[in-house]
Amino acid sequence: MYNINQTFFSASPLEQFEIIPLIPLELFGLNMSLTNASIFLILSVALSIFWSTLVIYKNKLVPGNWQSVKEIFYDTTLTLVKDNLGKKGYRYFPFIFTLFTIILYCNLIGMVPYSFTVTSHIAFTFGLALAIYIGINIIGFRTHGIKFFTIFLPKGVPLFIVPLVVAIEFVSYVVKVFTISIRLFANMTSGHTLLKIIAGFVWTMISIGGVFVYLQIIPLVLLLALVGLEIGIALLQAYVFTLLTCIYLNDVLEMH
Amino acid sequence: MNVTLQSAKMIGAGLATIGLTGVGAGVGIVFGSLVIAYSRNPSLKNELFGYTILGFALTEAIALFALMMAFLILFT
Repeated sequence: MYNINQTFFSASPLEQFEIIPLIPLELFGLNMSLTNASIFLILSVALSIFWSTLVIYKNKLVPGNWQSVKEIFYDTTLTLVKDNLGKKGYRYFPFIFTLFTIILYCNLIGMVPYSFTVTSHIAFTFGLALAIYIGINIIGFRTHGIKFFTIFLPKGVPLFIVPLVVAIEFVSYVVKVFTISIRLFANMTSGHTLLKIIAGFVWTMISIGGVFVYLQIIPLVLLLALVGLEIGIALLQAYVFTLLTCIYLNDVLEMH
Repeated sequence: MNVTLQSAKMIGAGLATIGLTGVGAGVGIVFGSLVIAYSRNPSLKNELFGYTILGFALTEAIALFALMMAFLILFT
C-alpha cells in the first residue's frame, strides 16, 4: 500500500518563503547569487514584457479578450494618474504603470502552486518603497527648492500647537515608507501562510484515513474560496500600492 | 529554548491578535458608510467605490501590523 506520508510534505508553513541560492556568486564582497527569488523576478519582468507586446500584435479597435484585459490595466492606471495627479502628473504615468505592472505580476505569479512570491519578502518591498520615497523627495526638492519643508505645516494651524503638528507630520512622513512596504509584504505573506496551513489540514485529514478522507472536502472547499480571495487581494494590493504612490507624489508636487 | 519561554511566546502571540477586533469594526464602518453614501447618491463606480477600496486597504494594513507583531512574538 503506497504510504501517502512519504511524498513531498514541507515541515512548516513558513518554508515556502525560503530563498534558495541556485548559482552562488560573490562579487566585491556582496552576495550576488542567483536565487529562486531573482529567477521569479526575471520571470515576472519577462512575462509582463512578453504579454504586453503579444496582445497588441494585431490590435483591433474592438479588442479581443487578452487585449481587453491589458486595456483594463492601462485604463485603471490612467484614471489613477488623472484623478490623483492631474495634468502635471502625466509625465509620471510610465513610471506608475511600470510600478503597477511589476507588483501585479509578482503577486499573481505567486498564486501559482509551488511558486515563489517575490513581493512576500520585506527586503524587496522595502527596497522598492525606499527607492520611490527617495525619488519623491528629490522631485519635491527640485520643484520647490528649500520651501519643500513647508509640507510639514498644513494651512490654518493655530500658532501655539505648531511644534506638535510639525513633529506629527514629520513622523507620519517618515513612516509612509514603512507602512506602504509592510502592507504589501504582510498581505502576501499572511495570505500564503494561511493557504499553506489550510492545505496542511487537508493533507493531514487524508493521511489519517477512515471517515476523514470524506471530511477533507470541507477544508478543500475553504481552500478554494481562500485562493479566490488571495487573487483578489493580489490585485487590490497592487492597486493600493500604486494609488498611495500617486497620492504621496501629489502631496509633494502640490501642497504649497 | 525551555518550555516556559515557548509557552509564554504562544500566550503573547494569542494576546497580540486581540488588536484585530478594532480592525474588524473599522472595516465594517468603511463598508457601512459606503452603503449609506450609495443610498444617498448613487454615483457609484466613479468615486465612492474607489474611496472604499482605499479605506479598506488602509484599515487592513493595521490588521497586518497586529498580525505581524503576533508572528514576531511567536517565531523569534
